[in-house]
Amino acid sequence: MKVLVAVKRVIDAYVKVRVKSDGSGVETQNVKMSMNPFCEIAVEEAVRLKEAGVATEIVAVSCGPQQSQETIRTALAMGADRGILVQSDEALEPLAIAKILKAVVDKEQPELVLLGKQAVDNDFGQTGQMLSALLGWSQATYASKIQKADGELTVTREIDGGLETIKVKLPAIVTADLRLNEPRYASLPNIMKAKKKPIDTMSPADLGVDAAPRLSVVKVTEPPARQAGVKVGSVAELVDKLKNEAKVI
Amino acid sequence: MTRSIYDDETLEALRDQVRRFVEAEVVPHVEAWEAAGAVPREVLRKMGELGFLGIRYPERFGGSNLSTLATVAFVEELSRSTCAGFNVTVLVHTDMASPHLANFGSPEQLERWLPDVIAGKTITAVAVTEPGGGSDVAALRTKAEKRGNGWRLNGSKTFITNGALGDLYFVAARTDPDEKPSRGISMFIVEKGTPGFTVARKLDKMGWRASDTAELSFQDVDLPADALLGEAGRGFYAIMKNFQNERIVLGAMAVGESQKALDITLDYVRQRQAFGGPLWDKQAVRQKLAGLQAEVAAARQLVWHAAWLDSQGQDAVKEVSMVKALCGELVNRVMYACQQFHGGYGYMREYPIERMVRDARIQSIGGGATEVMLEEVAKRM
Repeated sequence: MKVLVAVKRVIDAYVKVRVKSDGSGVETQNVKMSMNPFCEIAVEEAVRLKEAGVATEIVAVSCGPQQSQETIRTALAMGADRGILVQSDEALEPLAIAKILKAVVDKEQPELVLLGKQAVDNDFGQTGQMLSALLGWSQATYASKIQKADGELTVTREIDGGLETIKVKLPAIVTADLRLNEPRYASLPNIMKAKKKPIDTMSPADLGVDAAPRLSVVKVTEPPARQAGVKVGSVAELVDKLKNEAKVI
Repeated sequence: MTRSIYDDETLEALRDQVRRFVEAEVVPHVEAWEAAGAVPREVLRKMGELGFLGIRYPERFGGSNLSTLATVAFVEELSRSTCAGFNVTVLVHTDMASPHLANFGSPEQLERWLPDVIAGKTITAVAVTEPGGGSDVAALRTKAEKRGNGWRLNGSKTFITNGALGDLYFVAARTDPDEKPSRGISMFIVEKGTPGFTVARKLDKMGWRASDTAELSFQDVDLPADALLGEAGRGFYAIMKNFQNERIVLGAMAVGESQKALDITLDYVRQRQAFGGPLWDKQAVRQKLAGLQAEVAAARQLVWHAAWLDSQGQDAVKEVSMVKALCGELVNRVMYACQQFHGGYGYMREYPIERMVRDARIQSIGGGATEVMLEEVAKRM
C-alpha cells in the first residue's frame, strides 16, 4: 500500500507567537519553524505502517515556500521514502491545499493519505475533510488508532465524550489526533541518509490548480490578557458569581 | 535557510532533534538526577541509538563522520538542559575521553571498543588529573612500569568525571621516569573491574551534581601489552591535542548555558510585575540583559570560528585558549545577572537558575583555568 503524508511547516510550537504591530498577521521573520506536531504524528504512523509491512512506500508532500523542503527532509529522516514540494510563496488556505493534494493524489495514486488533524498555526482543521470531498474518498478524522484489514481500515476516533470505532473502505483519508502515537526522533545517521532521498519540486500551476486565496484577513490581534482571579468567601458566593457574573450556570 | 555561514541543513536538523530530546527526555528528570548524583545509563544508550554519541566518528563504527562544527551545534543544544551535570556526563564521554581512543587507537582497539562507545553501551572517562596537579600535566606522578609483555600501573587520579559511571578509562601514566615529561608519559586503556583498580570515593561538589566525579586508585594494576593507547612516550601530546577539542566543547557548553539562562530570565522579567509593570519595562534590567546578549552572541561567534579552524585542520591553540578563557568567565557573569533579576526566587532550589549559577562556577576552572588559558594566549601574542 502506497501512503501519501502531508506535512506543513509552521512556527515551532515552543515559540511565543507575536502579532505584527500593523495587525496584518503574526511575526514570522527570524522565528524558528518546524513540522506541525500533528503532521509528525501522521508521518510516524506511516513509518510504523511500513515497518509493520502494511505500507510499501511513503511519499511526504508539503505545500509552501522553498523552505518547506526542510520540513520534507525531517519526514524523510523519520523514514519517508521521497518527497514532493509544491512550492508557493502565497498564503495557502485549506481549500487550495486540498486541491493541490488532490492533484498529487491523481498523479501518485496512493491508497491512503495521512494528514494531521489540524495545523497549530491557523487551527483550521479542514484540509483532510476537503480533500476527502474532492476525491470522493472515505474519511476517518481525529484518529487515535489505525488497523488495516482487507481493503479497509478500522479506525478509532477521538470524539466528544469518548471514542468511536469506524470502518472505512480504501482508498481513504485519515487525519491524526494527538494520541495516535508518539513520534520518534530522527537519528543522526537517518538525517544523513535523508539528504540523499529525492524531493520533486513543482508549482500549483504545474498541477493545474488555482491556489488563489478565497478569504481575506481583516485583522489579527493578541488574545486578551488573562485577568487576575478572585477568592470567594463561601460556596453561596461562588454559585452567585457563576450564575450572575460569569453566567455559566 | 540557515542564519550563519557555519550552519547547514544537517546541523539544523541535528539541532532540532537534540532540542526535542532534551525537552522531553532530560528536562523533566534533572531534579531526580541531581539528587541521585548520576545520569541513568539508559539515557546515554538512547542517545547512542540516535547517533548523538558518534557525531565525528567513522561511519563503519556507527558514527556520522561530521566535523567539529556539528559537535558545536550538538553541544549548544544539549546545554539548554539547565543541568550542566547532565551535559558534562555526556560530553566527557563524547568529547573528552573517547577521542583518545578514536584518535590514537590501533585498528584492533577501535574494532573492539568504539562501536559500543558510540552506541552508549560503554561509557568512557579520562584520567589525567592527580591530587598533586591539575592543569600542570607534566607534573603527573602515576607510573606504569614494563612487566614482561605488559605494564604495571600505580598511582591515583582525582576529579575524574564519569569516574564511577565509567566502563572504560583512558589513564595517563609516566612510562619513562628519566625522560622529560613531554616524552615520558603514555596513555593506557583500563577496564573497570581490572584487579587493583578501584573507585576510591565519589566527590561531593558545589555544582554539576548530576555528574559523578571520583577519585581513582591504581595499585599494582597489571595491564596487557595492548592496553597501551597510541605510542609509548607520546601521551603528553595526545593529552594536549585532546585539550583543544575539550576546550571548544567547554566553550560551546558555556555559550549554550548562557543563552538558555538569558532566555528563561527574559521570560521571567517579561511577566514578573513590580512597581506597576513588568521588570522588563525597567531600563536597568533590559539594558543589562541586552548587553549580556550581545556578549554571548560575540563569544558564540568565537567558538564557531575556533571550531571552523579546527574542522579545517588548522592550528587554533590561540583561538581555543581565548574561547576557554572568555566563555568560562562570561557564563558566570551571565548567571550572576540572571539570578539577580529572578530576585529572591532565583535563590530558591525550585528555580533552574539557582542550579545554573552553581553549575557555572566550575567553567572558569575545569578543563584549563582562565589564568592558564590566558598564558597560552599571551605566549602567542
